[in-house]
Amino acid sequence: MSSKFKNSIRNRLLLYLPLLLLFISVFNEFDLNYLNYQYFSFNFPFILIFYWSLKRIETLGYGYIFIAGMFNDSVLGFPIGISSLTYLIICGFAAYLKNITLRPNKFKDWFYFLFTILFANSVNYFLLILFFALEVNYYEILGNIIFTFLLYYIFAYFFDIYGKILARIRA
Amino acid sequence: MAASRDDFIIAIRSAFIKKGNKQRFSLIGLIFFSIGLLILSKINLPVTNYLKIALNEIVYRSSFIVSIPEKKILDLNNIIKDHYRVYSNYLLVKEELNKLKSEKYEVKFLKSENERLKKTIDEYIYNSEELIAKVLIDKKSPFLKSIIVNKGSKDNIKLGMAVLDGNYLVGKIVEVNYSTSRALLISDLNSKIPVAIEPGNIQSILTGTGKQNGKIEYMEIEININDKSIVYTSGSGGIFKSGIPIGFYNKNAESNEEDKVIFFSKLSQLTFVKLVRFQQVDK
Repeated sequence: MSSKFKNSIRNRLLLYLPLLLLFISVFNEFDLNYLNYQYFSFNFPFILIFYWSLKRIETLGYGYIFIAGMFNDSVLGFPIGISSLTYLIICGFAAYLKNITLRPNKFKDWFYFLFTILFANSVNYFLLILFFALEVNYYEILGNIIFTFLLYYIFAYFFDIYGKILARIRA
Repeated sequence: MAASRDDFIIAIRSAFIKKGNKQRFSLIGLIFFSIGLLILSKINLPVTNYLKIALNEIVYRSSFIVSIPEKKILDLNNIIKDHYRVYSNYLLVKEELNKLKSEKYEVKFLKSENERLKKTIDEYIYNSEELIAKVLIDKKSPFLKSIIVNKGSKDNIKLGMAVLDGNYLVGKIVEVNYSTSRALLISDLNSKIPVAIEPGNIQSILTGTGKQNGKIEYMEIEININDKSIVYTSGSGGIFKSGIPIGFYNKNAESNEEDKVIFFSKLSQLTFVKLVRFQQVDK
């Protein structure tokens, strides 16, 4: 009974780990910015949301992503709703790719991810600049996009391994 | 051609409108809800402001707890770095201390003389209220440079209060919640502070660059600023009192031609700050 209970908790934790990571990353800006390398930063929530929206959406619901976006806005001091919109755009792009893909290819996903984050960041940038009259550093955002794109492949590799472990446990 | 367009529309509809497996909300519904929230934020209704304050209160505290492990790693990193630098720093500090000791008495005299002269010419004298606050969240996002402190409207914090690290200006309060506040750092692109550069009393505006240095802007005429000139608040606009040190002008900086003001305070290592409100004393 006890071991069954333990297994059930472990399975649940493993199942909801992406969600947990998403909330930790929006609360904590899981981006190594404190290293203070000029222009080095990456957007971990973008990677997480895109990957898990593309692969296994049931663990990362749109409602949770919306709430995570609101939390992110609050932490960063953005107008409420802007990160939620960006995250949901990423979800939309990922869902579209999922619908049209017959044979998934990590390399194609990677470049589609670049297109997605370019679009999502453009929306974000124009809303901040035109709608809310905030000044943001274009080069820092560009650096953020490039590193997010580069690191996607590495994170996707680890998420694939995690997905296999999860599938084995569920089986 | 028509078939491929149909496929595209079906895929878009399926992605955005259909509720997925185990999904409670459709994507398009939530996107419209986000846009609605953005419009409400722009209109600045009192209801949305209260909602924002409540959300901030919860999120800031949670973020502080979640950030503890990262902060510990960062502290450890700083301790190790400090340990390696301790001896070279000691010699420099010793020399500087001797210099400061000799200047201390001179400053005391000048301060009292300044107050006396201000009274004579009928200038405002500022009285300040100080509060020490702990930095809860210190995010260096690519977008905004700001910190969250653990004092809010219940501690009588007001918008526009100066945020000091020791005696150096590091930012100003831009958002006040019940028990927390957000301070925009002087390094942020949106920060504009009226400054006076000494010697010469050159009036200008200091703008953040997103890095550890600032940019001198809007000088009335092109004036040659001396190397190592000190940048102080000018007191124009009445937000801050004049004479709060911010940084020094480094003429030989290798970076962008204009980004030459190096801040005195290390904005990435703030743990406690002083929140100060300056009030004009009746003449």
